[in-house]
Amino acid sequence: MNVDILTHEKSISKTRARMAIADCDIHPSPKSVEIEIFPFLSKRWQEYMKTYGVIYRQGFPTGPAFPKGQPNAARRDSYPTSGGKPGSDLAFMQSQHLGPNNIQLGVLNPLQCAQGVQNQDFSAAYCNAVNQWQIEQWTSKDHRLKASLMVPYEDPLASVKEIEKWAGNEHFIQVLLLSRTAEPLGQRKYWPIYDAACRAGLPVAVHAFGYGGAPVTGGGWPSFYIEEMVGHAQNTQSLLTSMVIEGVFEKFPTLKLILIEAGFAWLPALSWRLDKLWDRMRDEIPHVSRPPSQLIREHVWLTTQPMEEPEETNQLLDTIEWIGWENLLFATDYPHWDYDDPSRAMPIKIGKQQKEGFFLNNALKLYGLDQ
Amino acid sequence: MAISPNAFSNVIDCDIHPTVPSIDALLPYMNEHWQDTIVQRGVHELETISYPKNAPLTVRPDWRLEKGVPAANVDLIKRQALDPFGTSIAVLNCLYGVQLLMSEDMASAFASAVNDWIKAEFLDKEPRLRASIVIPTQSPEMAVNEIERLANDKRFVSVLMLVMDENPLGRRLYWPIYAAAERHGLPICVHAGSTYKHPVTSVGWPSYYTEDYASNAAAFHNMVSSFICEGVFAKFSDLKIVLAESGFTWFPAHLWRLTKFWRGLRAEIPWVDRPPIEIARDHFRLTLQPIDAPPTTEQFERLMDHMGSDEILLYSTDYPHWQFDETNVIPDGISKGLAIKIMEQNPKNTYPRLSAPLNNGINQ
Repeated sequence: MNVDILTHEKSISKTRARMAIADCDIHPSPKSVEIEIFPFLSKRWQEYMKTYGVIYRQGFPTGPAFPKGQPNAARRDSYPTSGGKPGSDLAFMQSQHLGPNNIQLGVLNPLQCAQGVQNQDFSAAYCNAVNQWQIEQWTSKDHRLKASLMVPYEDPLASVKEIEKWAGNEHFIQVLLLSRTAEPLGQRKYWPIYDAACRAGLPVAVHAFGYGGAPVTGGGWPSFYIEEMVGHAQNTQSLLTSMVIEGVFEKFPTLKLILIEAGFAWLPALSWRLDKLWDRMRDEIPHVSRPPSQLIREHVWLTTQPMEEPEETNQLLDTIEWIGWENLLFATDYPHWDYDDPSRAMPIKIGKQQKEGFFLNNALKLYGLDQ
Repeated sequence: MAISPNAFSNVIDCDIHPTVPSIDALLPYMNEHWQDTIVQRGVHELETISYPKNAPLTVRPDWRLEKGVPAANVDLIKRQALDPFGTSIAVLNCLYGVQLLMSEDMASAFASAVNDWIKAEFLDKEPRLRASIVIPTQSPEMAVNEIERLANDKRFVSVLMLVMDENPLGRRLYWPIYAAAERHGLPICVHAGSTYKHPVTSVGWPSYYTEDYASNAAAFHNMVSSFICEGVFAKFSDLKIVLAESGFTWFPAHLWRLTKFWRGLRAEIPWVDRPPIEIARDHFRLTLQPIDAPPTTEQFERLMDHMGSDEILLYSTDYPHWQFDETNVIPDGISKGLAIKIMEQNPKNTYPRLSAPLNNGINQ
């Protein structure tokens, strides 16, 4: 967190060769929406946005309900020398992050807020614009980078159209949703999205955050940003529970689910809890034919950032073993403040195969880029 | 080889549930206005969807009756919950849906009636029983009044709240409740269940009861965050919070995460002046059942190491909920030494009143 990445990198790069890294969570931003996104929006939506703004299920139009810990939730050193927001300058990202950290694959997850927008038609148009922008500004210019297919998930039929529009396009390697949806993601409303993603051969990724309208806890709104941040893990547990118990993985046996930036150490206890409840209440959920822990192990991947830090590092190894080494995908969350540095994220020595899987090969295999 | 609780001389069960047999049973403990209200308006039973009465988890099969309401009288509790386990003391946490009501006046009347019913039907009839004070959390002021009304009776050993209330439980509006509890040496028992003032998940209402029950664990995570981040323990340094029917295997991982974010964001909550995981170990206690246990004993032993303390768990059967069979309440992987702590020492260190002389509500 806030380690000066350039200085730090100089100090370590002399001492050892760096392995190639897959970074499964990078956040690109437009320099300005008017300059970079508007060219992909019709006049109607440009005017609409200028007049009414972007309305989500929260009260403030210009910022989050919980103000962040620092501006743009960004590392202080991630502001491009050319000006503009962190993550808005490819050359700067290349020289600060992609090059020094030897990023072989960088997965772009734009949090451009085209998702969870109340006006459904606008949300669909905005998602499509951001999809075009990712190719134009990023992935066509640097082939290490891959795009996420943004869909207006509260309108599943429009989402299906967007997926079908891009199916087979090599720039996109996953369908992206945000975690704070209006209904639990296992519910049937969302099934057409999973169906379309499976048909397009794309995993479905769910990034923490969003605007579903419900309080971030089942017991109301907390006071602090730290509670919301920590709460992304509970939020993600709820959506995963929903997807397992509703039978999504049985209905779509080829579905791959990626949970981004919600932690991972909570997964073993949740799996044990769900297994126990499944055993007790099978008459309520007969469509779930196997123990939830098995379904999760076969269908779910988690990105690692922000890495949990137990008091003793061997407890981290226990936890990863219980989840499965092959189910974790390394991520830095560049350019955000709680960035995990690939040279420091794993606090204990691990075997070569585990290390290569953790930092690179799990992601290449999942995304089908290992051929 | 699992340990049987019967092998121990002091067994303190920190979470058992008496059932209110019907709303009629509470009428004698209400004034004329509320008796009239309930009859004239046809107020329904305050069962809650947190525990559908015929769901398998709600009552263990051999604790169901051919006729009649399970766990609804002292004889059943003696025969099923106390004697078979060799229990010396058990704490009654009554889960009647008082906290779900919308009117604070009605909730207050029901809370008092439930407490007086517990006193007359259980505490006065069985010396091994203790109870948590049911409070109308709808109104912290009325909740404090209810605590004050009963605090002199040392058989009430804690104060009961549900994990999902209208606000996160650390919020300052609840602090008068914690001040009163601390003043009287009463821990707060935060029990699984929702007041259903909000959807039980942050993504809305789930479809299945299985999900509703599962969601309690996430809510316990949230409330641990809330109690710590709001500074409850900086203000009430003697307060203990018992997380009941919470599962406990999530506890270390959640505190790793909270502690990590505290390192980066502590400027927002400057009164949290040491790592949350340390605060949590000092102030939270978790009941044993249900155990969301890993598949192997070796993993369970590793997990107990992750807990980082042998003072956190409190023995509980969660009677009459179906969490285990026979008397297999203590899982493999808990040593005899740890079992003694869980069954006797930890409860006594958590509930000061378990070590104090009883006065049965009579002023001394």
